[in-house]
Amino acid sequence: MARYDRAITVFSPDGHLFQVEYALEAVRKGNAAVGVRGTDTIVLGVEKKSTAKLQDSRSVRKIVSLDDHIALACAGLKADARVLINRARIECQSHRLTVEDPVTVEYITRYIAGLQQKYTQSGGVRPFGLSTLIVGFDPYTGVPSLYQTDPSGTFSAWKANATGRNSNSMREFLEKNYKETSGQETVKLAIRALLEVVESGGKNIEVAVMTKEHGLQQLEEAEIDAVVAEIEAEKAAAEAAKKAPPKET
Amino acid sequence: MKLDFSGLESTAPLFGASSNLFNGFSTAPSFEIPNTAAFDDFQKEAIQMVKPAKGTTTLAFIFKEGVMVAADSRASMGGYISSQSVKKIIEINPYMLGTMAGGAADCQFWHRNLGIKCRLHELANKRRISVAGASKLLANILYSYRGMGLSVGTMIAGWDETGPGLYYVDSEGGRLKGTRFSVGSGSPYAYGVLDNGYHFDMSVDEAAELARRSIYHATFRDGASGGVASVYYVGPNGWKKLSGDDVGELHYMYYPVAPTIVEQEMAEVSGV
Repeated sequence: MARYDRAITVFSPDGHLFQVEYALEAVRKGNAAVGVRGTDTIVLGVEKKSTAKLQDSRSVRKIVSLDDHIALACAGLKADARVLINRARIECQSHRLTVEDPVTVEYITRYIAGLQQKYTQSGGVRPFGLSTLIVGFDPYTGVPSLYQTDPSGTFSAWKANATGRNSNSMREFLEKNYKETSGQETVKLAIRALLEVVESGGKNIEVAVMTKEHGLQQLEEAEIDAVVAEIEAEKAAAEAAKKAPPKET
Repeated sequence: MKLDFSGLESTAPLFGASSNLFNGFSTAPSFEIPNTAAFDDFQKEAIQMVKPAKGTTTLAFIFKEGVMVAADSRASMGGYISSQSVKKIIEINPYMLGTMAGGAADCQFWHRNLGIKCRLHELANKRRISVAGASKLLANILYSYRGMGLSVGTMIAGWDETGPGLYYVDSEGGRLKGTRFSVGSGSPYAYGVLDNGYHFDMSVDEAAELARRSIYHATFRDGASGGVASVYYVGPNGWKKLSGDDVGELHYMYYPVAPTIVEQEMAEVSGV
């Protein structure tokens, strides 16, 4: 199989594009990212590797906005992410200029996925090594959406999804515990999913909340710590209730 | 000369089309520097050469119920009337109309091209394009051909999610949003009648009558306008053709011939 993973324009005999699969491996090694869609709120959460003491943590924002009403989080090669995000931002403005309308979430997702696909079908280039979670509100109908793209260029809409390290465990957790939420409940659900795979604490997670009225708001460390404390308290209460049933009779 | 056929190209990427990957912007249309010493003036001369004096009358206005669009149907080549039955209101799609003034071929071709782009937008984005967006697409194309001799003076009228929309777009690359426009050699006459009779709160019938009368008066005084006055209405459910009346007949409807007293007596005497 070694002969089929150099130039990515070549299929292997059993139909694989190895470079794309290796890109997915790179994604699996990237930091965990989760996105949850509520009825009026969408939450993105990303694992933050501990920052070095001398590093300015504000310069390593992992959740970025593409336009006033669209935000993106990703897992994988951060340098590739920067390029893709810049192109997406330009496309958002170009769309506003040519049709005098902000982009829909589906449109910009399709653009980003199309860009990722282009690099899987050209000579001499490698695919982008990242999967993105794109969230936003439709500019006219106000409906919230969450989309995911991956290095092969496929995309689809999700109610909640996770990517990056340990994404399978997070996704399992979300599948078991997802229900329609709104406001703070959505934030809690996203953080609970992240806490399954990340050490607890505000300094290890970055969370951003998007609402129709206020756009994208990054939560401060203190706010995250408060929610984490709430979650731990709820967990402790649930544990205590499990151990105490004989008293109820 | 590199012309903008982007609306006609297929969207499948070609192998080796790697220039697109590395700068993200397609190259701008351009043409060779012409063989002339007067760089500042040659464009003006080119335009003067091909500038047919937009012999026509078209008008459109927004009112409470939607948009009213009307036009005459005469085509003239200098002093020769080449046709009295030209369709100057072009149906871009079931909810958008364009008017034709200037070069007939230019208007027809670019309006059809605009129709293609609007349909592609609908298919890709699962929702109709707005009137603002459609007029912007047309204006950008015409701007890229600026100075090359296109002659288009058009109004894009339609109904989209934000309500009725009306834009004026021309081959100089200009694009204006407005509520009342008239384009063509007969437009001063049409404006006179239109501006005088316009109220926002008209009914569809009143607005249609105003549009018809404005076209009629323009055809009465302007030699390059005539034929049939067509009136279209664009409402929330799309456009509908309301009437197409020969302006000669309209004339006798507005100014019927009243027999003079002498003629009446003669008619009585001869026992009619």
